Order: sequence, then C-alpha cells, then structure tokens
Amino acid sequence: MSEISRKPPHESAGIEVRHICKRFGSLAAVDDISFEVKPGEIFGLLGPNGAGKSTLIRILTTLIDPTSGTATVAGHDIVQAPYAVREAIGVIPQNMTSDPDLTCEENLTIHARLYGMSGARRKTLARQLLESVNLGKWGKAYARTLSGGMRRRLEIARGLIHQPRILFLDEPTTGLDPVSRMSVWEMISHLRDQQGLTLFLTTHYMDEADRLCDRLAIVDRGKIVVLNSPAALKTTVPGASVLETQLAPDLPGGAAELETLPGVHRVQKQGEAIYRIFSDHGPNAAEALMELARRSGIEIKTLSIQSTTLDDVFLHFTGRGLHEADAVPARGGMGRTAPF
Amino acid sequence: MNRALAIIERDLRKFFRSPTLLIVTLVLPLVQLVVLGNAFGGNIRNVKLGVVTLDRGPETVPLLRKLDAIAANARTFVPIAYSGQGRAMAALKAGRLGAVLIIPPHYSRNLLLKLNPRVGLIVDNTDRSLSGAVEAAFNNIAQQMNQPFQPARVADLEPPYVRIATVELYPYIPYMQYLLPGSVTLALFVTAMIGGGIVFIDDKSRGLHEGYLVTPITKFELVSGFVASGVVKAIASGLTVLILGGIISGIQDLFNPLRLLFLLLMTVVGALALISMMFLLMARVSDPLVPRAIFGVLNTLLFFPSGAVYPIEGFPPWMRVLARVDPFTYAVHGYRALLLKQVALAPIGRDLLVLCVTTALMLAGASWAFKRSL
Repeated sequence: MSEISRKPPHESAGIEVRHICKRFGSLAAVDDISFEVKPGEIFGLLGPNGAGKSTLIRILTTLIDPTSGTATVAGHDIVQAPYAVREAIGVIPQNMTSDPDLTCEENLTIHARLYGMSGARRKTLARQLLESVNLGKWGKAYARTLSGGMRRRLEIARGLIHQPRILFLDEPTTGLDPVSRMSVWEMISHLRDQQGLTLFLTTHYMDEADRLCDRLAIVDRGKIVVLNSPAALKTTVPGASVLETQLAPDLPGGAAELETLPGVHRVQKQGEAIYRIFSDHGPNAAEALMELARRSGIEIKTLSIQSTTLDDVFLHFTGRGLHEADAVPARGGMGRTAPF
Repeated sequence: MNRALAIIERDLRKFFRSPTLLIVTLVLPLVQLVVLGNAFGGNIRNVKLGVVTLDRGPETVPLLRKLDAIAANARTFVPIAYSGQGRAMAALKAGRLGAVLIIPPHYSRNLLLKLNPRVGLIVDNTDRSLSGAVEAAFNNIAQQMNQPFQPARVADLEPPYVRIATVELYPYIPYMQYLLPGSVTLALFVTAMIGGGIVFIDDKSRGLHEGYLVTPITKFELVSGFVASGVVKAIASGLTVLILGGIISGIQDLFNPLRLLFLLLMTVVGALALISMMFLLMARVSDPLVPRAIFGVLNTLLFFPSGAVYPIEGFPPWMRVLARVDPFTYAVHGYRALLLKQVALAPIGRDLLVLCVTTALMLAGASWAFKRSL
C-alpha cells in the first residue's frame, strides 16, 4: 500500500467531540460525550452492545445528526460541512455494505466513482488496494463468494479507495475467526504505521482494544466511563493482577500471612496450600512471595501470574462484567426475511 | 406430532404479529373483488359523439331528440355538435371523439319522399366494446324510427325507412392487439416494482445504502441515479414487450421508424412516471415486506382501472375517477393511439403532458421525502 501516495495533511486528521448527545425518544443513546483523537492515533471505543458506540460512529460519519453538541472530523464540522467530512473519511460499517452481487474489483471501482474518481485511476487503485489486502487474485470473484475475513478485508480496501485521512471501523472483527481477526489487526496497525492514518474503531473485544489502540475510551450506557491508554487503564485497577500458587508445605500463617505482602489486596484459599492472590502488580507480588518462601523454607510448586485485563478495567469502572452489561438491544438490524 | 406443532406455532405467531401480512391477505382479495367486479362488462356510458348536421330540414329534429333522449337516459353517448364533417373526423382520428354521426344533406326531403335516407355513423373501432355499444344504440334508434307510431291509413303502413350506414374507422382489431398497450405498460410497472421497489428496499435493509451515505454523493445525485437506472431497466423491458407483443399480435406496420420513435418517447415518459411514483412510495420504507405486500394491490389498482382491458366508459363513477388519476391510463391511451390508430403526436400530446407533470410532482415529492441519512 506504500506506493499509494497520501494527500498532504493540510488539514488536521484529528477528531474533536464536544458534548455530543443523541436521543431516540426517551433513550439517551449517547449522553454528553467529549473527547479528542490526535492525528495518526488508533483510538478505540470499548463497550458492551448497546453502549452507544455505533450511534457515536454514525454521528461522526455524518449518517445521523446529533441531538446536541458539536464535533469536527478532519477539521470540518460534522453538521455544518458534512460533505467535507465525507471526503476526508473512510468508513467500514458494522454490517457489510459491499455488494455481494458485484465482483471485488467492481465493488471498489464503483465506490471510487462515488468520490468522483476518473476511470483509469479507479482501475489502477482498485488493483493496488486488492493486492495490498491480499485479495489480488480475487478481483473477478463475486463478493458473496468470499469468506467472512476476506469480505472484511474487501470492505477495508473499499474504505481506503479515496485515500482518506481518517478511517472509521465499527466492530471490524465481530464475527471473524481467530486467524481472520489477526490479519485484520495486522492490517489496521500497518495502516497507521505505514501511512499515518488516523483510525477510530469500536469494539466489544478487550483483547482487540488492548492490542490495537493507542488510547481507549470505555463507554457504558452512552457515557465515557474512562479514557486513557490501555496500559495506563490497567494500572488504575487496584488488586486486579492475580497470582495463583501452590505451596509445599503450607504456610503456617496461611492466607493472613500472604496478605501482609506489599501490594496485595486480598487472598483466597482455593484448596490445600493453594492460594489466589489479588495484587496491584503481579510481578512485584511474585517476587515478594518468592522472598517469603525462601525465608520460610517453603517450596513454591506452581506459580502463575495473570496480569490485569481490560475486563478487570471494565468491571472496575462500571461495576459489571462486559458480558453481563449487554442491556439495550442494538439499533437497526436486518429487518424481517421476506416470505415470498 | 409435537415437532410439527412447533412449526405451526412459530408460523401462526409470526403471521398474526405482522400487520402488513394480515392487511395484504385481506385487502388484496377484496380490492380485486371490487376493482375487477367493476372493471368488466359495465354499461358503456358517455362516449363522445360528434354530430354533424348537413341537413336543415324539419325531419332532423326528431332524430336529434332521440339522441338527446339516449344522452339523458341510457347515457351511452354525449352528443357534441360539429359544424363540419372535416373537423369532426379530425377529432375522431385524434381520439377526442368515440364516434361521429353524419346527417347528410337532403335527409329530411328524402325521408319525406320515402327514399330511405341513410345517416352515416363512423366509429372508432379500436375499442370494440365502445364502438359496439354506440352501434347498438343507433340500431335501437333506427328501429324506433322505423316503427309506425300509431295505426295509420293503409297507404301509410310502410313507415319512412331510415338506415344507419356504419363505417369502422380502422381495420378489424383483435382483442390481443387491444390488450397490447396494457401489457407494455405492465412491463414498465413490473420493472419499476421489482427494481425500484423490492430490490431497492432489500439493498436498503441489507445496509448497502449506508455505503452510499458515507460518501460525498449528494441527495440529488442519489435520487437521480436511482431514478435513471430504474428508467433504463424499464425502457429495456417495455421495448422488448412492445416489439415481441407487436409481432405476436400482428400489429400492422410496426416497424415504421416514426412510429418506433414515438413509441420510444412514450416509453421513456411512461417509465419516468412509474419509476418516480414507485420512488415516492418507497422513499421512507425500510421493511422489505412492504414492497412485496403492496405489489399485488398496486397492480390491481393501477392496471384494471386504466382502460387496459375494458373501456373506462364502462366503469362506475368512482372508478372513472381512479382512472383519471392513474398514470397507467395515460400510458395505455398513448400506446393504443400509436399502435392501433395513427402515427402522430397530436393524439398522445395530452398523455405525454400528464405523464411529464406526474413525473415532476412525484419526483419533487420523492426528493422531499427521501432522507440522506439513516
């Protein structure tokens, strides 16, 4: 993809969101959200289904108007200058919007035409992009014949056809198998690293957010709960790093003795000489444990450190696990199937 | 058996929960009953009859009175006086009249002299139900006039004898040819319904339109793109049915270049009107069931009242109103004029105008209703 030259960044490739609200009747899908995305950043919105992620992305991509608040995307106001915004952004919506009855190449060239691109340029760009998403051999194949992961890569290629400066991805790996997810992740990191694109993505996968995002906003019930880098977010959760250990023989002081170790919040006895230790920082706690064992002449038979995950972060800030949080059904959907 | 009940339960629950399905199940048969029940075999009324009186004698009066009597009672036709035969014939050929009655010079004198005068009845026989009704009315008049009003003296037993000389304006037209204009219009409608209705809403509900909306395409470009592609498809199917149907039904001189040109014009304008009507109907629809549901109802409401299968003059008043606002009516009328009558612009001028105005109104409405957002 490096051969495709980007437009000079004469405008900011950032996003600024100021007090955006969106109500559907009495439901506040997005409730006074403000944040900033810096140019060249991968910014993620993490939250359960129905948290307002898709609504927010639809507002920022000019598909729906906000009830109140303002936002600029690539320096253009989303309500005042939606066409300038549309020129500057590529969008990969949650539902596949490539046409299954067109070939991969047709999907790209027709999309390029929507941006007013000339015929010859459309064809060259389409080929280059298909090549870059590893679909070079599939140019003449109908989109419906592609696997889920390939189809998603086609959508990404399509979102890039007009060389946008900001790319929006709404749940880019939902429904993909692990291998396809990895290839989409690689593609997203590559886009930022090689081309300096700003990427804005939503996800409800913790590992995805953790792996991809420079900064992350956790949203729940239409509000931003917390915003920071994944690493920083994880350090904010007290006692979320878990050590599991089996000792032989058991400590004379038992769990109470373990709780005196620095940084340890809580200890659960799981079985005979088996403990779960909750601490702020796993490696530090492990070191202290080993020191204690050495002093007391006790052997550590097994030891595993499970560091803080974004699940813990979510649980900490919302009081609920990510998967119990699914409350409001997602908007839209496929409609009914036709009976005739 | 319990497993079969699972299927029954699911299907019934879904059926009774979908108002669209319920309405269609009930509305379509009832609409068909009412529309088809009134579309066929009604008494023909209000055929425009041009009356040219070339005789100034007294015997024209009872004849004209008989016309007025029919106009007032059976209302088969509405007599309209014309001063000259040429103008009346021109109006007949242009389709503004359904028949022309010509009372020749010396009609009164010949009647009194018992020379058995003839009056001329020229009928537009492109619609055989229509021309048949007019001819029947005149046979009736002749019969009445030729019967002695009261017992007369022996010498007068033979009444004056009037004969109706009927001339059919066009060669014999089989019903298949009569039906062809409706079939061509139906081809336009079905293409509009499938392309502009069903596929359009399917694409929308599958989220494909979202792919358009995130690009800088304007609302005008979107609407004109959807309409233009629909029109191209409708023209292709309309012309195909026109040519194949024309050959099958044996339309004479079908490939006259001027006729083909006018037919193309009619098709373009007709397709535009039907596509923009469909677009207006579908502008706010998102449920893929809706276009399928209204397909049948719309087809019944547009096709049968248009005069495609039976003359509008045979409809009850409410259905004649429906025919007036139905774009099908004008397309059918235009095609019929071009295929069965003469190749000229004048007879289809009104059809083209009405269809163009319809297009403009529907497109304005559709553009207003169409939302360039989710």
